[in-house]
Amino acid sequence: MIRYVIGKLGEAIVAVWGVVTIVFFVTRLLGDPAALLLPVGASAEQLDAFRAALGLDQPLWQQYLSFLAQAVQGDFGQSFVFNRPAITVVLERMPATITLAVTAMVFGVLIGGGAGAIAATQRGKFAEFAVMTLALLGQATPVFWLGIMLILFFAVDLGWLPTGGYGSLAHLVLPAFTLAVFVSASIARLLRSSLLDSMKEDYVRTAQAKGLPPGQVFVWHALRNALIPVVTMVGILSGELLGGSVVTETVFAWPGVGRLIVQAIESKDFPVVQAGVAVIATVYVSINFLVDLLYGVLDPRIRRKGQ
Amino acid sequence: MKAFLRALVQSRGGLFGILILMLLVAGALLAPTLGLPDPVRGDLRARMAPPTWTGLFAPGAHPLGTDQLGRDILSRIVYGSRITLTIGAYAVVLGGIVGVMLGIVAGYCGGITDRLLMRLVDIQLAIPLMLLALLVVAALGPSLTNLVIVLALTSWIRYARIIRGQVLALREREFVQSARTIGASTAQIMLRHILPNVMTPALVVATLELARIIIMDAALSFLGLGVQPPAASWGRMLAEGRVYISTAWWVVTFPGLAIMLTVLSVNLLGDWLRDYFDPRLRT
Repeated sequence: MIRYVIGKLGEAIVAVWGVVTIVFFVTRLLGDPAALLLPVGASAEQLDAFRAALGLDQPLWQQYLSFLAQAVQGDFGQSFVFNRPAITVVLERMPATITLAVTAMVFGVLIGGGAGAIAATQRGKFAEFAVMTLALLGQATPVFWLGIMLILFFAVDLGWLPTGGYGSLAHLVLPAFTLAVFVSASIARLLRSSLLDSMKEDYVRTAQAKGLPPGQVFVWHALRNALIPVVTMVGILSGELLGGSVVTETVFAWPGVGRLIVQAIESKDFPVVQAGVAVIATVYVSINFLVDLLYGVLDPRIRRKGQ
Repeated sequence: MKAFLRALVQSRGGLFGILILMLLVAGALLAPTLGLPDPVRGDLRARMAPPTWTGLFAPGAHPLGTDQLGRDILSRIVYGSRITLTIGAYAVVLGGIVGVMLGIVAGYCGGITDRLLMRLVDIQLAIPLMLLALLVVAALGPSLTNLVIVLALTSWIRYARIIRGQVLALREREFVQSARTIGASTAQIMLRHILPNVMTPALVVATLELARIIIMDAALSFLGLGVQPPAASWGRMLAEGRVYISTAWWVVTFPGLAIMLTVLSVNLLGDWLRDYFDPRLRT
């Protein structure tokens, strides 16, 4: 088990290093921040002085090494736009992103998990058909369009909820629901098919033959094993929710990290882009590290394979 | 082939998917001959006209209404489908070629090559795809070619992972081992013996990836990083229509429905293909 954990930890660290490296080099392709940030009439000397102050006059590999050395300590430099440490700017936006992602994830898993379990146990009945149709539609709907439609209906027509912004529980309802639809559609389909597989397994038949009550067989034998792929999916979706809700955050004017990074890309604020992507990648990799550990608990076969 | 077509016709989802998809492709190919109003030059006297269903074939009829410049929404959706389907097709093929090749190499060669490639997949998975796409489009500049490259870049990992798994099993099969014994080179084995056997799973992944790519393409144009105006693209229509949401619901509703219908039919077809060929390909 310890070797399994250390191996996974090593993979996680390599992944974060890779992400930070890719982002460093891609942001260098975005353009010259000096030309963008200084006033139009700036002289060549002023541009050079500005670049020297930011360390942009050094060779690329030297910039990369000093960037890495500082990034390890959580220092991504000063934001060009906010004139504050980039990491602070990013971390300030994290609560908004996490609130949205966690709310959407909790509701998505509850709705999707319930619907998937109903669909699997009501094989061939209307309930299965209804759940699967809704899930297919949910997966086919672009989240940002769903968001716009919800705004149109609940905010513009009915006037029940605000069209966007941040601050109260009412502001959270529409964006969280939008993302929860996307999550629950994926979870419902996955849990149904993996339950259908696990309910056919020998261990379920054995449990039934032992005379265990059907509810106990379902929860402890069928559902427990069917949850393994769902746990993987939750890990993957959480990454998409943390960084990929860029568009949802834009539609609802939600002040999260995703929207911050989009704005930073537009204004060529390299340090904020780098810090933002590094933070999201770290969170994502940590979640998936925990998911890998959870596997070991759910599926003893994996634990033994690592030894 | 006959059995395949019969199974397709008998499946409800697969048939629905392929019919809608054929309709969309036909509409995209025949767009200039359908007698639709100009999708780019609008009729400024008919700005923000609501959908009308009377006199559908009369000149100046707008079954889905018009936008803020008086451009016919139906026409823009049909012309937009040309862009969406072209980008989707190129991105799926490009991502597929790269992904299948690397998947075969990783699975067949194993060892350090395999480990390096799989670490690369892990690294890319750690950046949310939307952020990766945004960064790269911002760095390269928004153009049709760059969009295809970016979408293919977000796509190759899915092929690589699944194909690698398939190849790991194929590698030990008799026909591969006998080819090796009679002295076939590694390249020969990969191309002649492995590749034909992974085409089916690749096709299944391609269909499911097409759906994801269409949504991502729409999201990128929604954020202004897609095909540049005045060309009609579904995502951009949504972004422009969003401003008029309180006065003209149709401008923002129909392009979204078009995306949804396209993705739904591609998904239905992909699900059916996967269940038909190999239900174990679920990821």
